[in-house]
Amino acid sequence: MSTPGLPRVAVFKMASCDGCQLQLLDAEDALLELAGAITIANFAEASSAMDDGPYDVTLVEGSVSSPEQLDQLRSIRERSRFLMTIGACATSGGIQALRNGRDIDEYVRTVYAEPRYIDTLADSTPIAEHVQVDLELTGCPVDRGQLLGALAWLLQGSVPRPPTTPVCIECKRRGYVCVLVAKGEPCLGPVTRTGCGALCPGMGRGCYGCFGPAQPPNTGELARTFVELGMPPNRVADTFRFITGAAPAFRAEADRIEEARP
Amino acid sequence: MTHRSVEVPVVGRVEGEGALHIRIDDDVITRLELEIYEPPRFFEAFLRGRHFSEVPDIVPRICGICPVAYQMSAIYGLEELFEVELPAGVRELRRLLYLGEWIESHMLHVHLLALPDYLGFDDAIQLARGGFKDAVERGLRLKRLGNDLMAAIGGREIHPVSPRVGGFSKAVSPSTLRALLPRIDDALAEILDVADLIAPLEVPTFPRPAELVAISDPSGYAITHGTMASSEGRRWTFAEYEEVTTEIQVAHSNALHSVFTDTDTPYFLGPLARVMLNGEWLTPVAREAAARSGLQLPTLDPFASMAARVVESALALEEARRLIADYEPPDPPAAPVRPRAGRATWATEAPRGTLYHRYDVAEDGTIIEAKIVPPTSQNLRHMEKDLAEFLPGVLDRPDDELTRLAEMVVRNYDPCISCATHFLRLDIERT
Repeated sequence: MSTPGLPRVAVFKMASCDGCQLQLLDAEDALLELAGAITIANFAEASSAMDDGPYDVTLVEGSVSSPEQLDQLRSIRERSRFLMTIGACATSGGIQALRNGRDIDEYVRTVYAEPRYIDTLADSTPIAEHVQVDLELTGCPVDRGQLLGALAWLLQGSVPRPPTTPVCIECKRRGYVCVLVAKGEPCLGPVTRTGCGALCPGMGRGCYGCFGPAQPPNTGELARTFVELGMPPNRVADTFRFITGAAPAFRAEADRIEEARP
Repeated sequence: MTHRSVEVPVVGRVEGEGALHIRIDDDVITRLELEIYEPPRFFEAFLRGRHFSEVPDIVPRICGICPVAYQMSAIYGLEELFEVELPAGVRELRRLLYLGEWIESHMLHVHLLALPDYLGFDDAIQLARGGFKDAVERGLRLKRLGNDLMAAIGGREIHPVSPRVGGFSKAVSPSTLRALLPRIDDALAEILDVADLIAPLEVPTFPRPAELVAISDPSGYAITHGTMASSEGRRWTFAEYEEVTTEIQVAHSNALHSVFTDTDTPYFLGPLARVMLNGEWLTPVAREAAARSGLQLPTLDPFASMAARVVESALALEEARRLIADYEPPDPPAAPVRPRAGRATWATEAPRGTLYHRYDVAEDGTIIEAKIVPPTSQNLRHMEKDLAEFLPGVLDRPDDELTRLAEMVVRNYDPCISCATHFLRLDIERT
C-alpha cells in the first residue's frame, strides 16, 4: 500500500498487550485521514502488507523480553529514521517487569510444564536500554491524543516534548476532590506524570502510575504518607512496583522500602 | 518427490504474533505447526503475593482488546469467594460494559481484520480506498460506539479503571449513558447494513464436526453467569473447569493448548459456539441480522464466525439500549469487601470465547496462586485441527492463495495471541 512521496510509517510490537497500537485503530476518524497522509509500510496487526523498510517514523510497542526480540529491535532501529516508543512496556518494561529480580526459572516452571521449550530473558526491559530512541510516550495505554499529536510532529521532522508535570496539577485544574486527602486512599498522582487527564481521581479512585514517574518525583514523602494511612510496608512497596514499577524512580522507592523492612 | 514449503513468518491482522509452518511432501501435509512466538509475560507468576484489590488493574494488561473480560472473570470469582453482596444495579452495569467490549472487538474483527480477506485487500485502509469507504467508515463508527460505551462506564476503553471487587469506584451518570441512545438507535439500523454487506461474500465452506463450548444460562444470553455446556451434552461448573479440561504444552508454541481431559479431544469456543448453544436468547434484531447475513443455524462451519460476530453485535446493541433505558446508578457504587481464604474460580465469555480464572487466596487477601486460561489458548488445538482438515482440499492452489486461505482459517477464531499468556509466521514447505 505504498504511495510514492508520502512518509513511511511502521508499527512493531515486542512483549505487550497490543493496547497501545490499538489506540491507533481506535482513532477511527483520524485513522482514514492519517492513512491519506502516510504510507503504512508495516503494521502486522492491521495489514497483510509487510515492507522491510526503511521507515521515516517507526512506532514500537512492548518491552524487550526474549533474545529474538533484541535482534529484531536492532534491525528495526537500523531501518528507522525516527523511532518512537509507545506505552509503559516500551518505556519502562511494563507490568511484565514485575518478574525482574525474581527467579525466572521458577517463573517459567510455574507457567509451563516443559520449561526447556521456553526462550525468555530474565528481565523485561525498555527499548531505550538497547537502542537509541528519539521520543518516548508513556502510559498504559498511551494516550490517543498524545500519540496522534506526536506522530504529526515527527512527520513534520521535529520531536515534541510531552509534559512531565504530575497528575496532581491536572486534578487541581479540573477541580477534582483529592482522593488521598479526602478519602485517605493511596494515590500515586503526586509522583506520576500526567497524560491521562487525571482519569482515576476523576473516577473516584487513586492513581496507580500508568504514565510513569513525574519530574521530579518525591516518592519518599509519598511513601511515608501511605504508611501514615495505615498501609503495611509490603503493600506500599507494591504500590510503586506496579504498572510502571521498573521505571528508575519507582523501582528505587520500592527497593528502599523493602530493604528497610525488619 | 516434489517438495513445497510455504512460510508465513508473521500472520497479519491477528492480535499478537504467531507463525504458521506447513510442509507438504508429494501433496500430503507432513508438518503443520501454529507457532506462538509471542514471548511469555508470566502473569500467573507475578500475581502471586499481590493483594486481591490489585487484580482488576493487573489482569486487563494481558489483552488490550478484551480487558473487561479479564477484569470480570477475576472480579466475579473473587466476589463469590468473599461472599460479597453486590449493590443493586452493579451486575447490569457490568453487563453493559461487557457488551461495549463485544461491540468494539467484533466490529474491529469484522471490518479491520476479516473483511479485507473476503474482498481481496491487504487491510481496511486499502478497502476504503478500493470502493468500500462507506462500509469501512460505518464499521469504524460502530466500533467507536462500543469504545465510547466502555469509556463512559470505565473511564477509558483500553484498561478501564472503575471496575473493582465489590462494584465500581464510581457509577456513570444516567445522563451520560442516555446521551448514547440516539447513536445506539442508528447503530441498530447500521448493523443490518453490515449483515447485508457480508451476505453475498464468497466464503469457503468447511462444515467439519466440532464440539462447541460456551457458558449457558437459563435466564439469558450468557456472558458472565451460568454453567459450562458443550454441544455433545457435557455440563460442568466453573469450579470443575480444570478437571474437565487439561492444558498441554507443545514444543512449537509459547501458548498452552487445551483438550477435554477424558477424551483428549479439542473444543471450539467463541461467537459461533455461543450463537449455536444459546441461540434461543437471540433478540429480534439479532435474529434479523442472522437472516440477512445468510447465517443458517445450525452450522458447524467456522467460516460462519464472521456472521456470528455481526449477530452478537446486534444482540449487544439491543441489550445495551434496554439496559441504558432502565439504568439507575448503583448506590453505593461498591459493596464493602472482606477477604477470606479459599479458592476463587470463574469464567466469562470474552469476545473470542470462554475465559477461565482461578485464584487461591490467603486470609488477608493476598493471592497465593493464579491460573488464567484464555480462549485463544483453548482454541489453538482446534485451529491446528481445522488447518489439517481444510488445507488438503486446497493444496492445488498457488502458495500465496494457500497462505491467504490458511490465515483465514486462523482468523475465523479472531485469535488474540497476546492473551495466550502462558502463549503466528506461516511457513509452508512443499516437497
